[in-house]
Amino acid sequence: MVNALEVERLSVRLGAAEVLAELDFTVAAGSALAIIGPNGSGKTVLLRALIGALPHRGAVRWAPGTRIGYVPQKLDIERDLPVTGRDFLRARASVAGAAPADAARALDLVGLPAQSAGRRIGALSGGQFQRLLLACALVGRPSVLLFDEPTSGVDEPGEERLYEMIHRVQAAEALTLLLVSHELSVVYRYAENVLCLGREHRCLGPAREILTPETIARVYGEAPRYHHHDGR
Amino acid sequence: MDASGVALSVGMAAAAGLVGCFAVMRRMTLASDALSHVALPGIGIALALRVHPGLGALAALLAGAALIWGIERRTGISTETVVGVVFSLALAVGAMLATGEELVDALLGAPGTLGGWEVGLGLLGALAVTVFVLVERHRLVLSIVSADIARTSGVRVERLELAFLLAFALTVALGLRYLGVLLMGSLVIIPAATAKNVARDLGQMFAVAVAVATTSTLGGELLAARLHRPTGPLIIAVTAAAFFGSLLLRRR
Repeated sequence: MVNALEVERLSVRLGAAEVLAELDFTVAAGSALAIIGPNGSGKTVLLRALIGALPHRGAVRWAPGTRIGYVPQKLDIERDLPVTGRDFLRARASVAGAAPADAARALDLVGLPAQSAGRRIGALSGGQFQRLLLACALVGRPSVLLFDEPTSGVDEPGEERLYEMIHRVQAAEALTLLLVSHELSVVYRYAENVLCLGREHRCLGPAREILTPETIARVYGEAPRYHHHDGR
Repeated sequence: MDASGVALSVGMAAAAGLVGCFAVMRRMTLASDALSHVALPGIGIALALRVHPGLGALAALLAGAALIWGIERRTGISTETVVGVVFSLALAVGAMLATGEELVDALLGAPGTLGGWEVGLGLLGALAVTVFVLVERHRLVLSIVSADIARTSGVRVERLELAFLLAFALTVALGLRYLGVLLMGSLVIIPAATAKNVARDLGQMFAVAVAVATTSTLGGELLAARLHRPTGPLIIAVTAAAFFGSLLLRRR
């Protein structure tokens, strides 16, 4: 299988602290990799190093022609910033070299009504804003999606819908997905592989092998919120 | 005021309105005010060397913009603090270099008579800033909402920041003649802040900021000629009146 991403001996230092050390993994094209771990284990740092936003040692190799759609964890947006969802999508379409119609298609994919896209981004609810960010990531037909806690700021039913949507879009567009999440039940359901970044313990493998109570306890140091969902 | 004088003040004010939109959205209100002060030592040195003061101001401003950029790239330093200290020092040094009437003109602005080449260069500068902001607006918007989204969209964020700060410095240099080093930062910030209060989207913000900046500049100049007062304070008084008016219309 072709790899969308190959990471070799990746190390990231923030000030005096080595946040990631000698990390190796690959992500097969079209597959979903979940990145889990306790707070402060370097999940966001890993994503930001992968997109070249942080200086690092080691190699990060994306497949030739990779187009990345990135959904960041939290954005510090002023409520009264006079930028509407439409302004934002138009900006992304222009910069990514996509046709303006691509923005409408992305809105459709994430199910955000045109009326909401016409409002200022600071005035959107948490769920609407996450959908807008997802739509933005989908403009320009990316081949890889990177999600950093896509459901932060979203209530529980909204969270469920958002993950369903991400999964639907990933399948429809044959995307490679890298997903940081605290929701282990979601990880279990949607990700083929799991990379855990514990402070003491790191592991990588298929979700069914990794997500055992023993491994989770070792990664998190205690039992986190976790329950298997059946089917659905 | 002749036609070329009007054209130059309109061009300068339009550039200030546009650059200001992104300065306000980047939350660099205080830094931009402080940055305009750095022009003063440039003017002082230019006068001592018998060079055109506008060139001294421009050189100092571009250096100041590069300095802010350098500071912002380093983590762990409080940008506002360093900017405040360095540029207040620049104001102090500049005040020691220039004296008397020169100093008052440099601080508050004095349009005087313009040479043909001054008008030409000024219009060229205003055009360059306007084109830069309009062409780069999509990249600027993405990097304001999220630098990481901009980065993954192919924007070279650090380079864009430097280009923006240089455009900002050029805009301040263009307006010094009218507003002086103390007030030019305000012509960049206040019209954009006014526009932010009333605009529903980015297009409206640009339109309102440019309209407020150009009408206040022309209105301030007319009042200054009539009342025999320095232009800078009157331009700012008019634009500040627009700002307070916009608070009444503010969208929630």
